[in-house]
Amino acid sequence: MALAIGVPRETFADEKKIAAAPEVVEKLVKLGFSVRIESGAGAAANFSDAAFSAAGATIASNAADLFAVSDIIFKVRAPSKDEVVAMRPGTTLISFIWPAQNAELMKQMSERRLTVLAMDSVPRISRAQKMDALSSMANIAGYRAVIEAAHHFGRFFTGQITAAGKVPPAKVFVIGAGVAGLAALGAAVGLGAIVRANDTRPEVGDQVKSMGAEFVPVNYQEEGTGVGGYAKVMSEGFQKAQREVFANQAKDVDIIITTALIPGKPAPKLITAEMVRSMRPGSVIVDLAAEQGGNCELTVPGEVVVREDVTIIGYTDLPSRLSKQASTLYATNLLRLTEELCKTKDGLIDINFEDEAIRGTTVIKDGEITWPPPPPRVSAALAYAQPVVTTAAVQKKSSHGHGAGGASISAKTLITVFAVAATLFWLIGAFAPVSFLNHFTVFVLACFIGYMVVWNVTPSLHTPLMSVTNAISSIIAVGAIVQVAPPIASSATDRPNTLILGLAVAALALTAINMFGGFAVTRRMLAMFRK
Amino acid sequence: MSENIATIAYLGAAILFIMSLGGLSNPETSRRGNFYGMVGMTIAVLATVLGPRVDVVIGLSWIIGALAVGGGVGLYAARKVQMTQMPELVALMHSLVGLAACFVGFASYIDTSVVYTGAEKAIHEVEIYIGILIGAVTFSGSVIAFGKLSGKIGGKPLLLPARHWLNLLALVLVIWFGVRFVAAPDVNAGMIPLAIMTVIALLFGIHMVMAIGGADMPVVVSMLNSYSGWAAATTGFMLANDLLIVTGALVGSSGAILSYIMCRAMNRNFISVIAGGFGTGGGTAPAAAGEQPTDEVVAVSATETAEMLRLARSVVIIPGYGMAVAQAQHTVYEITKLLREKGVSVRFAIHPVAGRMPGHMNVLLAEAKVPYDIVLEMDEINDDFLDTDVSIVIGANDIVNPAAEDDPASPIAGMPVLQVWKSKTSIVMKRSMASGYAGVDNPLFFKENNRMLFGDAKKMLDEVFVALKG
Repeated sequence: MALAIGVPRETFADEKKIAAAPEVVEKLVKLGFSVRIESGAGAAANFSDAAFSAAGATIASNAADLFAVSDIIFKVRAPSKDEVVAMRPGTTLISFIWPAQNAELMKQMSERRLTVLAMDSVPRISRAQKMDALSSMANIAGYRAVIEAAHHFGRFFTGQITAAGKVPPAKVFVIGAGVAGLAALGAAVGLGAIVRANDTRPEVGDQVKSMGAEFVPVNYQEEGTGVGGYAKVMSEGFQKAQREVFANQAKDVDIIITTALIPGKPAPKLITAEMVRSMRPGSVIVDLAAEQGGNCELTVPGEVVVREDVTIIGYTDLPSRLSKQASTLYATNLLRLTEELCKTKDGLIDINFEDEAIRGTTVIKDGEITWPPPPPRVSAALAYAQPVVTTAAVQKKSSHGHGAGGASISAKTLITVFAVAATLFWLIGAFAPVSFLNHFTVFVLACFIGYMVVWNVTPSLHTPLMSVTNAISSIIAVGAIVQVAPPIASSATDRPNTLILGLAVAALALTAINMFGGFAVTRRMLAMFRK
Repeated sequence: MSENIATIAYLGAAILFIMSLGGLSNPETSRRGNFYGMVGMTIAVLATVLGPRVDVVIGLSWIIGALAVGGGVGLYAARKVQMTQMPELVALMHSLVGLAACFVGFASYIDTSVVYTGAEKAIHEVEIYIGILIGAVTFSGSVIAFGKLSGKIGGKPLLLPARHWLNLLALVLVIWFGVRFVAAPDVNAGMIPLAIMTVIALLFGIHMVMAIGGADMPVVVSMLNSYSGWAAATTGFMLANDLLIVTGALVGSSGAILSYIMCRAMNRNFISVIAGGFGTGGGTAPAAAGEQPTDEVVAVSATETAEMLRLARSVVIIPGYGMAVAQAQHTVYEITKLLREKGVSVRFAIHPVAGRMPGHMNVLLAEAKVPYDIVLEMDEINDDFLDTDVSIVIGANDIVNPAAEDDPASPIAGMPVLQVWKSKTSIVMKRSMASGYAGVDNPLFFKENNRMLFGDAKKMLDEVFVALKG
């Protein structure tokens, strides 16, 4: 039987988003689900009930009815206590949860025997990008940050020469070039401002440049990329150098947009009161980290304040201020996740823990808390591909080789293999002379080393691998050389010296072709590989 | 140089060889890896020449002469070879190793200056026998592989009747003559079974590779690579030389792993590839005859292709053997550069068995100066096709065949393929509607969002490039 998806109205104050959009509903219906929307749930995002029912959804008159019949609930904000109680045991909830901050809620949901997929816990792997709601929300926040700044800023962004005089362009400084930072860069560049950006991770410099902005580095040697492509806490020396850069920028620019976040930590205080004081009157600071305490010392989360003649915007609901866009993108993320859950397209879901993306997202399964997930298998530190930035080449670190071996072997084959190997080894041990055993030991160990080493070779270098192993296999030359003229030869009685010499020299010449040719051609090939 | 110093030098060389292979894990370190290999080889050769096993007075001129002649030929070949001909060159070089192993084996057999007795003698002779066997198979097999890859021999598999029985017979004969050989009282008596076995081994090598179709060539090339390693290792046993054993084992396992990776990429069993032909199970008969796609394909011109590329935001290029044949990689890069300048994201998707040897496409693209960070593997890019506007398939067929996923009756069912049909539009460049090496129809061509660009890849791409520029 196909499952029923329910989308309630968000009850959190000022939350204007909804976890559905008409075009997404249509696709969910195609996947085989029935979709029920609480009446008026989309109003704040300009989606009417009529639009939803036209897309194939049923409209439920109130939340209680909806919770009572739904197998799957889509939400934006983590549910309230009442909402959890309203859900039937066994319901699957897909929503933002923030399990680390909401231990009590997690406990309540687990007691209610729900299955919960947290959109904030989608692992940062390339395959899961399409369901990464944090990115889509960050993208919106970055865009909206620039719009808010423009609203509070008393001048044009773009420079103009008019009959009434020259207008200088606004200068914008963006701190943190993650998804939100890059979106802000793009929006500000689009408005015509001069844009600069800084990030602790030097490799994002190219992405910043690709957006038409200038990268302002901190001249201090330290790698700032932490686990999973996020930033990490930097050393004292770096922070000092960084503060100097920021202080200089503060004196020069009109608008600062800060987006610096470190996972699981309060936001770093990057803009001091001193720096705010040094800014020109009428300047604007937008603090996207306000919810985590803010990057600016003077930020008041959720409010716009004027301090030292500088407007400091600390809104924590920027995506909600673009509710239609945010709802559409969030709903699409949910759709992509649902597609992963419902590979059979029959309106049923399968929470497959073999799938890394689904495993990471699932924080409670059948009432059992499964958060935090085990660490990701591969260090796929792919740069967090920017959904808006199609021009910047997506950086991917090629995962080395194929992992060791890959396919798991059944116990039965394993036993057979061991038995055969043991018999062989016993036979060799029983009959072979010592000298052979020594060589045999070396041989077997070398096979294993070769096995280990070669699995690490990246597939793009397989041809050079073949040509270099080819060159190396000309080591047979050593065998030929010892036959050319062994010192004892002159005394041996009937050794056919000339014949052996001929064979050995021929063999040597042949292997020399390989030796020189193999290395030379490998060298030629490798010289071509470039970034 | 004393025996001990020589041994230690060998140990150093072996370590350098391991580091050489280790260096290939990353393009950044690969050049250093190759350098380690050269240093290791130099040390090994010097240690041998100066070691206790060589009489320098008599031998040096011979050794230098042979190295100079062979080295000269090798360097010349390395400079002249086209990147598209790499598979041929590699195959040819494998054959040299095989032949050299045979020579060393024979020389070792007739060398009476080293006397063994009892079990040691038997083992030594078995080592010689196996060494020559592997060497001969490597030699003749590689020569045939070279012929097939360079087009001197047709790519179609040659399937003799009862060929499995022939192979089995060859194996039995080899074992029987092996027993005769070890039992032989002196060198002259042993020479006959040894020579007969060599001939059988040569024939076996020819037969084995002749039976393998063109699309399976990557497996064969890597398998021969492995054989050349095992030949070196048995030579090492024969001469009681640990360096040869270690190096041979490294090369042997490397080739074996490559063969395994290639087989897995085609979802085929190693044995069935080696046994020859395609789909020997008899399932080759057009299984999907009933549902033969009857729709028309939609052909487009180079100009229309250029238009589609111009409007695209993300493009994925899937090169295949056809690109290598047409030598089109440089034009591909010109187009890539142009598109990237216009802000289009262009990436390359490489199927593990694209081309005629492992990594073939990567080398060609590298030659054309395509930066390696936009060249992605199948697993890395397959999920991205949904967000791709245009995929261009250049001279590839089976590796983009949706039948591998949809049609369990297809001979290539279960083979992992690049899912180009998921992109908004796919363009397949092909000379004609002929099917690929596997002889399997490709439903991709008939998909609604697929377009066909017929003609020589190079010529067509040139036209696309001109249209894009204009």
